[in-house]
Order: sequence, then structure tokens, then C-alpha cells
Amino acid sequence: MTIERREARQPWILLSPSLVTITLLLIVPVFFIVVYSFWLRTASGADQAGFYLDNWKEALTDPFYRDILLYTLKIAAITTIFCAVMGYPAAYFIARSKGNKALLLMLLMLPFWISYIIRTMSWINILGVSGALNWALMHLGIIDEPLQMLYNQVTIVLGLVHFLLPFMILNIYVSLEGIDVTLEDAAHSLGATRWQSFLEVTLPLSLAGLAAGGLLCFVLAAGTYITPVILGGPSDAMFANLVFEAIITQLDWPMGSALSLMLLVVLGALVLVYNHFLGMGQLMKGLGK
Amino acid sequence: MDDSKRYDRLLERYGNGDLDRRSFLGLIGAAGLAYGVVTPFAREALAATEQVRFDGWGGVVSEAFRKYAFDPYTKKTGIKVVDGTFGSGDEYLSRVKASQKGEYNIAHLSGVFDYARYNSLGLTSELNEKNIPNLQYVIPKLANVFRKITDGKLSCVPYDYGTTGIAYNRKHISDDEAKEKGAKLLIDKKLKGKLGAWGDWRTRVWYGSLQTGQDPNNAKDMDAVWDAIRANRDLLLKYWSSGAELMSLLAEEEIYATEAWSGRVYALQEQGHDIGYMDPPNGFGWQECLFVIKGSPMAACEELLNFMLAPATSIAVAEGQNYPPALDPKKIDLGKKIPTLPAFDPTGKLDGLTFADPDYWNGHEQEWSKKFGRIQKGY
Repeated sequence: MTIERREARQPWILLSPSLVTITLLLIVPVFFIVVYSFWLRTASGADQAGFYLDNWKEALTDPFYRDILLYTLKIAAITTIFCAVMGYPAAYFIARSKGNKALLLMLLMLPFWISYIIRTMSWINILGVSGALNWALMHLGIIDEPLQMLYNQVTIVLGLVHFLLPFMILNIYVSLEGIDVTLEDAAHSLGATRWQSFLEVTLPLSLAGLAAGGLLCFVLAAGTYITPVILGGPSDAMFANLVFEAIITQLDWPMGSALSLMLLVVLGALVLVYNHFLGMGQLMKGLGK
Repeated sequence: MDDSKRYDRLLERYGNGDLDRRSFLGLIGAAGLAYGVVTPFAREALAATEQVRFDGWGGVVSEAFRKYAFDPYTKKTGIKVVDGTFGSGDEYLSRVKASQKGEYNIAHLSGVFDYARYNSLGLTSELNEKNIPNLQYVIPKLANVFRKITDGKLSCVPYDYGTTGIAYNRKHISDDEAKEKGAKLLIDKKLKGKLGAWGDWRTRVWYGSLQTGQDPNNAKDMDAVWDAIRANRDLLLKYWSSGAELMSLLAEEEIYATEAWSGRVYALQEQGHDIGYMDPPNGFGWQECLFVIKGSPMAACEELLNFMLAPATSIAVAEGQNYPPALDPKKIDLGKKIPTLPAFDPTGKLDGLTFADPDYWNGHEQEWSKKFGRIQKGY
């Protein structure tokens, strides 16, 4: 075997454990879900195998599913914007700090040590009628009656931002770390103010990280299930809740499969758009191609 | 099939002339040989069973089971009870449907309609009642409804019963007001933003029927029921999805009224919360059972069921979880606390409780669960 051929094989050999894992745990299950989506649920709750388009017809034509999907995308977009606005200054601060960077990064990772569900539920103790915030406001004499702050769209976005902000900060931070700081110095030496050097040099160079963080936050927010259940009001369901309901409550696995594929296709399309405009090529470069 | 039944059938066939004497004696001999060979292995199989999986509702209910039933059972038999929880019967059924045979063994199911659903999905087992002598203490009415579904056999033992009535905060709603308004308390506009409701389609349809003055087991005007469910939804702060969430919402005074499980409200009252509880006329009565899923190690499961039905265990669990046990108060002295629990019937006849008709509810399950799912989300 020539050296060239051996070198050409090496990446595939190294990648094979990951490829096998992804095939078994992602591609094969997705294939099963595709097959399931064409089955039907019988009255007893058992599945009727076959090739029926009923689930797809309903999922694609019923305005109920369309509206909840749009609501989900709206919540995901708002969450992503908040994460970007709040995450950029924090990432910038960490990237430009001297000496205590490791400590700040550890603090950023700290929330991951606690379960996401517990972190989400902690808002009940903060924003509840007898929660910390109402208690403080009442003891300061600012309000007489506790405010009803929980179980609405705002608390869903709050819970999602709380969950996703570290992902955004980390992505932007990595991007900012890769920027040569002497470029900003060069901009200053050419007469740019700090603000101008940020706008003209740093921000454009860190946009890839911002976009990657945005994509990650958006996809995770759009697929969330727990946050609306814990912090949402009576009508604040997101698309993943519909999938749960179809599969668990209604025992309608075929319809649940069709709905989950619908969400997968929409989010997959978003990744393709990202790839088209910003490019996954940056990641490929890391593989030496 | 047990050996006595096998013998009876052979005898019947021999008596009918379907079997000649030689074949009859040969088969009896084979059956005896099989019994001799299999029984020691069956005993060994029981001994080899290292664990039984039990799934229940979590919270105070699971705590009671662990403390009063599982730990002593493990101590006595050496068989470990793996204790899991679920948030709803639907969720559990979905898990069972996705599982391998024998992965799930015993479940604390609610409602005869669930038993019927498991039966229609082919998930019922057949209990050998001879191995569960404590079944004799159970209120016959509770066992008979299950027998009707599975041709006189049982795949479960009745364990407790209770109601889904209305809980209300006495600081804001008086007992008189609650009694006067009944089920309509949950569509009282005065309580907008201070009401909770269980996001379970059966409970919603049941209460929608009561709020529109209809028989919950035979509502004729479903449009009116859906409208009542919408009216309730528009006044809600939240649909709760677990007993723990129900207790938290009431205890923290996030909500002033909701329909609620009788035992959970009793637990809140024991903790000192001033929460009232009432069952409106035709309130939602239910019974729970310990259901053995097909493919489970039957001998070990039957032994656990018998252990759990023992009056001492059953009473201790009932006192821990605050639901009256399925034990017949005419046969067993249930102590001092149980007669004070909500829904307790000292006659053992349970005539005052309205249970869900499994045929009616399961017949509409597919349509109504979907419809409620939409209404819940604002449609």
C-alpha cells in the first residue's frame, strides 16, 4: 500500500467509531421514524403498518400545527436575540480579561453541573407568588400584593436564555480568542476610536462565532420541551410538546413521528441556509482539506 | 395453565370419549412427570429472580411503598424491588409499548379504563390467585370490574381508591361557597389567573360534563363540554402535570382552586395548609390496582402482591399515601386514620362513588385526547 493511500485511509479509520455510533444512534432511528410516520394508529392504540399519507397530510395542511410551529420559531428567535445581546459583552469581557480567564470560564461552566430541569425550576422559587423577588419587593414596600410573574411567554424565554446563554458565550469567546489583538491596535494607530475599531475590526471577525452560537441556541430553543412545561402558561406549548403529546398522551406514534420529522426538516433547512451564507467550510478546514 | 386445571380438562376429554384410557393415563403420567421436573425449576426460577420492577406515581405515594412494602419485602425474600415513577398512565403505557418483554413488571395503575387499554394491547398476564391468599380481604366490587374485562381472570389486584375532587384555599374560598358552586367553581370568572387544572383529557372532559350538568359517563352534548373546557382554560394560571406540581401550586398559593387528588390534598392538610376539599355530585371516583404486565416473573410478582395486600402492609401504605386501601372494612379493622381519609367508604360497597365506565371512555379516547390537546393550546 502506498503512503498516499494509507494517508487517505487514516482519517476514515479514525472517524469510523464516530461514524458507526452516529449511524446506529441517529441515522437508523431516523429511518425507523420515517417508516413509522407512514403507519397509522388504530383505535386500541396499536400501530397499523403500511404506507399511508394521512399523518403527513394532516401535519402539512392543518393550521394548528403550522401555528404552533411558527410560535416555536418565534420563541426560538427571541431567545437567540437575547442570548446574542447578553452573550457578546460577556464573551468579550472574558476574552479580553487578563489573569482570571480560567476562573471566568469555570464560572461559565458552573451551571452545567446542575441539572437543566432543576435550573429551570429554580425560577419558580425566584419569581413565584411567595418567591424571592416578590418577597423582596414586598419587604421594601414597593408592592403590597405579590405580582404574578410566572407561567407566561416571558418566563419561557427567560428559562431558555438561562439555559442557552453559556452556549452563546462560549461560541463567541472562541471566535474572539482567535482574533489577533494587534489588529485593534493597528486600527487605533490609524486613528480609529475604540468603538470604531470594535465595529470595523473585532465585530466582523467574530461574526462566525456569533452565527454559530446563534444557530446552536436557535436549534436547541426550537426543540425544547421541558421549559414550556415548567414555566409556560396554559396555552404556551411549543412544537416538541406536540410530539410528546402525540407519542405519550395519545399513543399515536405514527403522527408523533411525522411531527418530529417536520421539526427536523425545518431545523435542517435552517442549518442549510446557515451553511449557504456562512459556510460549514470553516469546520472542514480544521480537517486539513 | 395450572396442573389441577390441566388434569380437569384431561378428565373431561376422557369422560367425553375424546381420549382412550391408554392416552389418558399416558398424558396424566406425562403431566405428573412435567410437574415433577418443572416444579423444582419453578422454585429455582423464583429464587433466581433477583429483582422486580415496580412503577408508581412518585412523591409521597412512592415513599410509602418503599418504606412499608418494598424494604420489608426485600428483607424477607432477598428480591430487590426496582422502584420507578411515571407522571401519567399514558406516559407509562408508552414506555411499556417501547420496552422489551419483561422489562417492566408491576405498575400502580389508575382506573379500570387503563386496565382495559392494557388488555386490548395484549399486555395482560394471568395471576394465579392461589398464590395471593390476601386477595380474600379485598372489596369484591373492586376486583369484579377487572374480572369482567379479562374473562373472570385477574391481571392485577385492586389496591386503593380515591377521588379527583376540588381543592380550594380556605383563605380565599369558603367551604360554603365551594359547596354551593360545586364543579362550577372551576369556571368562576372571579378566580381568573388563580385556577389550576390537571392537563389530563379524561379529567377535563369529566369536569366539563359536570359543569354542563351532564352524566360524566354519558355526556350527550359534547359541544357544551368542550366550551366548558375552553372556559376553564381561559381562567387558568397553569395546567399541572404531576402530584408534586399540584401540591406546590396550592401550597405556594399560586392558585386558589383546582381539581385535585384526594390523597394529595390530605397530605397538604397534614402539613398544615388550610386547603379545603370536596367531591361535587358525580365527582370523579377511581380505583388503583397493582397490575402485572405480561412477560413478568409471575411467581415473584404474585408473592410481592400478596405481601403488599397483607392487611398490615396495606394499611401502613394507605396511611402513608392517604388513599383508602382496597381492603374490605367489613373484614379488616382499618385502624383510626383510614376512616378519616377523603373518599373512605365504611360500608365497603362504594355506592357513593362514580367510577369511569371503561367502554365509554376508551371508546372516545382517540378522538377526545386529540381534541383536548388542541383546546389546551388555545384552539
